[in-house]
Amino acid sequence: MRAVDAVVECLKAEGVDVVFGLPGGANIPTYDAFYDGGIRHILVRHEAGGGHAAEGYAKATGRVGVSLGTSGPGATNLITPIMDAMMDSVPVVFITGQVGTHLLGTDGFQEADIIGITMPAVKHSIMIQHPNEIPRALHEAFHIARTGRPGPVVVDIPTDLSRADIPYEPITDVHLPGYQTFTEGNTKQIRQAAKALAAARRPVIYGGGGVINANASEEFRAFCRSDRFPVTQTLMGLGAFPAPDPQWLGMLGMHGTRAANYAMDEADLICCVGARFDDRITAKLSEFAPRAKFIHIDVDPAEISKNVPAHIPIVGDAKNVLAKLLAEYEALDTDSSRLDEWWQRIAGWQKQYPIEKSFTDSEDTEIKPQRLIQAVYEATGGDAIITSDVGQHQMWTAQHYHFNEPRRWINSGGLGTMGFGLPAAMGAAIGCPDKTVVCITGDGSFQMNTQELATCAQEGIPVKVIISNNGYLGMVRQWQELFWEKRYSQVDLGKYPDFVKLAEAYGCHGVRLTDKTTLVDDLKAAIATPGPVVVDVSVTREENTYPMIPSGSAARDMVG
Amino acid sequence: MGDPGTKDVLTLEELEASGNIRTGRKHILSVLVENKPGVLTRISGLFARRGFNINTLSVGPTDDEQVSRITITLDGATHPIDQVTKQLHKLINVLKIRDLEPSETVARELALFKVAADSGTRAEVMQICEIFRGKVVDVTKRSIIIEITGTTEKVEAFERMVRPFGLVEMMRTGEIAIARGRGET
Ligand SMILES: Cc1ncc(C[n+]2csc(CCOP(=O)(O)OP(=O)(O)O)c2C)c(N)n1
Ligand SMILES: [Mg+2]
Repeated sequence: MRAVDAVVECLKAEGVDVVFGLPGGANIPTYDAFYDGGIRHILVRHEAGGGHAAEGYAKATGRVGVSLGTSGPGATNLITPIMDAMMDSVPVVFITGQVGTHLLGTDGFQEADIIGITMPAVKHSIMIQHPNEIPRALHEAFHIARTGRPGPVVVDIPTDLSRADIPYEPITDVHLPGYQTFTEGNTKQIRQAAKALAAARRPVIYGGGGVINANASEEFRAFCRSDRFPVTQTLMGLGAFPAPDPQWLGMLGMHGTRAANYAMDEADLICCVGARFDDRITAKLSEFAPRAKFIHIDVDPAEISKNVPAHIPIVGDAKNVLAKLLAEYEALDTDSSRLDEWWQRIAGWQKQYPIEKSFTDSEDTEIKPQRLIQAVYEATGGDAIITSDVGQHQMWTAQHYHFNEPRRWINSGGLGTMGFGLPAAMGAAIGCPDKTVVCITGDGSFQMNTQELATCAQEGIPVKVIISNNGYLGMVRQWQELFWEKRYSQVDLGKYPDFVKLAEAYGCHGVRLTDKTTLVDDLKAAIATPGPVVVDVSVTREENTYPMIPSGSAARDMVG
Repeated sequence: MGDPGTKDVLTLEELEASGNIRTGRKHILSVLVENKPGVLTRISGLFARRGFNINTLSVGPTDDEQVSRITITLDGATHPIDQVTKQLHKLINVLKIRDLEPSETVARELALFKVAADSGTRAEVMQICEIFRGKVVDVTKRSIIIEITGTTEKVEAFERMVRPFGLVEMMRTGEIAIARGRGET
């Protein structure tokens, strides 16, 4: 069998139904196999679009995404999605073409050492050295991408090897002696954690993207509800616990709620599940949660005690660990009334600083960007898959779109990649054809992968793009306003381009909205329009995202 | 610790933090890796990216040709060793890591010293060499090359002794180490 046909067979065996990519010289052989190989291929307009689409697909479905690129520039265009997938633990297999083996190391045409370039950005990478290795390498790649802490795996195939004839036999097992995953969680530690929770008077449950990656939302909810534990989540965790909910404190971190950040600050016990004490969460590390002891549950042992030393470390899959923790906790004799005082304190913050009061709505027809997000929430009934880009609109979406199910909120958290939103929405829409998929983007971010509108039009991918158009690189402008004496350096985007015309040029439907009073209905109409739609919404130009922990400050010093 | 459902309680004050601890001493990590291209790059890249400073690193074959051994020494005063080993473990090609206990380990490195020595000083240099059980491997009119094996401390002590004569050049392999007793390293 041709090695490239074996590639297709392996992907099928892994359950792949769609791949995203763009061909070039070095991977023409692979593309020949996709010509009639029986796997859907989405031709993107830029490899980065394909990489982010594969991420969006993976995040929405929980399955492994696949992204293809040719050698040289095709492969280097994938670097951002690869790094993005690394930072947010997204299972994606990237298959790159490489120059022929006789050219390797000679600076041959379109040669790039993609294995070398991506080394710090991958969970693993495999350079094919003999064509017979290809099937096993691919299965290993899927296994590594999917299991443990998920992540990106790059498989680089030199073009001559991909043209070889190989003896293909389906592979059913992979054996990786150096790869171990820890899934169960130590029973003693779990019991200790249950007791600590029972002893805590000011506990907070702090959940992250790991809960969603582990498909553990149900277990997470059950555990949180086994007592009146206050719950907060990171940007990546939104949806694992429903918002709103009486136990829900709102999002945590730099643009999180005061209730969540203050509760962490005063907690005596923090139970972290699938999160990593990132600097956007802890703010000033030396002043982070000064009174707290920490239970840290994570599938990646290296995350535990990396930033904040754990008192009760539990290495395991959140789904397993939470189920056991629930059982252990329920077996204890606990008294919920010990939390009364704590809830009184929290309720005070909730009452004083609800997220709805983090902005003042306009009194005329002007659309405040926060109001836009609320309107999108109303127009979709809170039931859409929402992707976003990076900037103010992203934070406003996290704050004002109340996610009540996992895998509904897809954004670039760790890397903060502008240009992620549209391709990710594309991937999500292909993975979940029955769901409404909305990309909430900014006028800056959207321009970093706009070309994918052509892909959407051609393939009939019905994503609804909503641009929070403030004519600025808004988040940077905000920082310049607050911390750099309003010296707005290189953040004004003007009124370019005309997004409605642009949408139309790409064969999509375009509309512009400017009136707050009809906003919800207009959005409903736009979302109900078949096919890909771009909605350009003019919002207040200089609006700031609040509340905020200024960088370098402690959580209790939130402003706004 | 009691069974589930028993009433023995735990007070939060009893809990002690673990991990991220600086031991303050030198560590020798003996790392078995798959003998595949790029493995050393992955390891050195990981150290560079995470800001871990390697003191010495040496690579060599083992009795199994599919497996190589990398011996790394680093300073536990400036690095959380548990974080270093956990990150190393995440590399798929890393098979096994042992943080060798100093008292249970035999560690050696090889060093070559080219020392300035003429007829006036040669005898004295050779005497020092003898005390350190070194070997003279080459002599010219104005210099002498000495081979020393031993622990890092011994090599460094020798260096201090010959430096005043004029150290033309020095090369060290970095330590390799093996656990005492019958068990495998
Ligand atoms: C690729 C990339 N370049 C630069 C940045 C830095 N950055 C973060 S937010 C932002 C502004 C984004 O502007 P826009 O998409 O219009 O969103 P807004 O903040 O205005 O809502 C920039 C430039 C980034 N995150 N990603
Ligand atoms: Mg903007």
